[in-house]
Amino acid sequence: MSLATALKSGDVTLLPGKRDEDWKWTDLRGLLRVLPAASPASDAALPLGPFGDLGEVEIALVNGRLRGDPAALILAAGQSRVLRLRFVSTAEGSHAAHISIELGEGAALTLLESYEGLADGYVADAGLEITLAKGARLERVVVAADAEGAVSVSSTVVILAPEARFAQTLLTDGARRQRIETRIAHPGALAEVRLDGAYLLAGKRHADLTTVVEHQGVDGTTSQLTKGVVRDQSRGVFQGRIVVEEGADRTDARMRHNALILSDKAEIDAKPELLIFADDVQCAHGNTIGALDEEALFYMRQRGLPETEARALLIEAFVGQVIERIDHEPARDLALAWAADRLRA
Amino acid sequence: MLHIENLRAEVDGKEILKGLSLDVPAGEVHAIMGPNGAGKSTLSYVLTGRQGYEVTGGTATLDGEDLLALDPNQRAAKGVFLSFQYPLEIPGVPALTFIRTAMNAQRKARGEAEITAPAFLKLAREHAAALKIDFEMLKRALNVGFSGGEKKRMEIFQMAMLAPRFLILDETDSGLDIDALKIVSEGVNAMRAPDRSMLVITHYQRLLDYIKPDKVHVLSAGRIVATGGPDLALELEREGYDKYARAA
Repeated sequence: MSLATALKSGDVTLLPGKRDEDWKWTDLRGLLRVLPAASPASDAALPLGPFGDLGEVEIALVNGRLRGDPAALILAAGQSRVLRLRFVSTAEGSHAAHISIELGEGAALTLLESYEGLADGYVADAGLEITLAKGARLERVVVAADAEGAVSVSSTVVILAPEARFAQTLLTDGARRQRIETRIAHPGALAEVRLDGAYLLAGKRHADLTTVVEHQGVDGTTSQLTKGVVRDQSRGVFQGRIVVEEGADRTDARMRHNALILSDKAEIDAKPELLIFADDVQCAHGNTIGALDEEALFYMRQRGLPETEARALLIEAFVGQVIERIDHEPARDLALAWAADRLRA
Repeated sequence: MLHIENLRAEVDGKEILKGLSLDVPAGEVHAIMGPNGAGKSTLSYVLTGRQGYEVTGGTATLDGEDLLALDPNQRAAKGVFLSFQYPLEIPGVPALTFIRTAMNAQRKARGEAEITAPAFLKLAREHAAALKIDFEMLKRALNVGFSGGEKKRMEIFQMAMLAPRFLILDETDSGLDIDALKIVSEGVNAMRAPDRSMLVITHYQRLLDYIKPDKVHVLSAGRIVATGGPDLALELEREGYDKYARAA
């Protein structure tokens, strides 16, 4: 059951929906009665994306069709690179893309990934497979700027070798229905995962951040921080699952999800899960959903800040705690600016 | 400076201030003492415009200007500063960033130019040193993880930085040990000026050993029921508030 298989076969009954436990809050089956025809090819030049001209190489998938040399996605041992990966939708209709990224031993990649809705009403699926060899390091910064009327699913599978480091920061402002899923096979063995995200939703937008980390061996760490801000009638979904398998001792896994609901009609569905089958572990999760602190707002106004400015400062600081964990400084600055734009809109 | 006449205010439909009148002339420090529940904190919140504190009658003016008609931030720009009994934590906003944003918002509201970064930092270093605040602490999120004493010191630091005309100190001594109390009091005393007034709200006389008031008022059941010199505070310390509770 996935959008990809449904698009491939044209069989709408293969769409995931309410009856699938993992998709109950992001129902595609109930939303799409028919699957739209394939999007047309496009050879129009692309405007700059959220990451501008940062990095050395660009690979784009325009309406599911590849532009650029995919060889750049394979890094030999010891190589390092900053790469933009853009999933761009320039027309209605449906399209799917699949990408594989491989890092050899000790290789380092900064992946600046964006989803860009330049048209409205498209149905897009993206699948990524990321493999890190021993000691490889990947920082993935994702800005998902889908169109308001889009249905968009991105699913990533990450396979880590010992001592690899995978760090991810996902920023999204949602779509008509949007799901961004990350599944990580974690070998333990001094491999490290940072798995962050922020959803900043307004209007009737929907975003679903789903993550699964499976700790399969001893001495692994995972640090996860997700923040959400929902306004108007938007809906945020956070499903985070960390599994510590039997024998995966000395695992250190921490998951936090904090969200702000800024309107009576906005909604957040959160399901943080820790499934622990090992004895000697340090695991914790925290989940808070609430309104902006009115007492803090009064305090700030008492010091002279107008209400709108006080609110903006509190919300930006709240989201900033995710963004400041981005290592790549120029990407961090762009991410911060992108988020500020969404929050002040 | 501050002129309050027959002020009435309620919280959740319950009248707390029941016709309070008070004058604090420029350059003077007045203490407000009273038993728990007398309306001391309510007075400070009504003067600063906190939501939920509804004024049902009377007036409060600062140099003739109606305070009650203004938003909390406009009152701040006019120079009203409340040192909170329980200062709030502002996660993710460094203390210095917060104060500079507040200062510039006040300046903007008054039609003044923003303070330059070097001038701001110079001012911050001076006041931090005077209040024995580690400058590194000012780079941390405001009040987050600070001790009770550190939070109070941070209130006085903000007060010194923003240089308000009318200061309200709400139970500033609570949670302070003797050393911290001295530092905080020195900070407050350093701000005494002919064109600045203070309202010191406290339950205990102790603070008034350090911040000497020109006048002491007893607030009981929503009204000022007695006014006197510093001796009145000593009498209250000896005899308690019983007499005034009955009078109210």
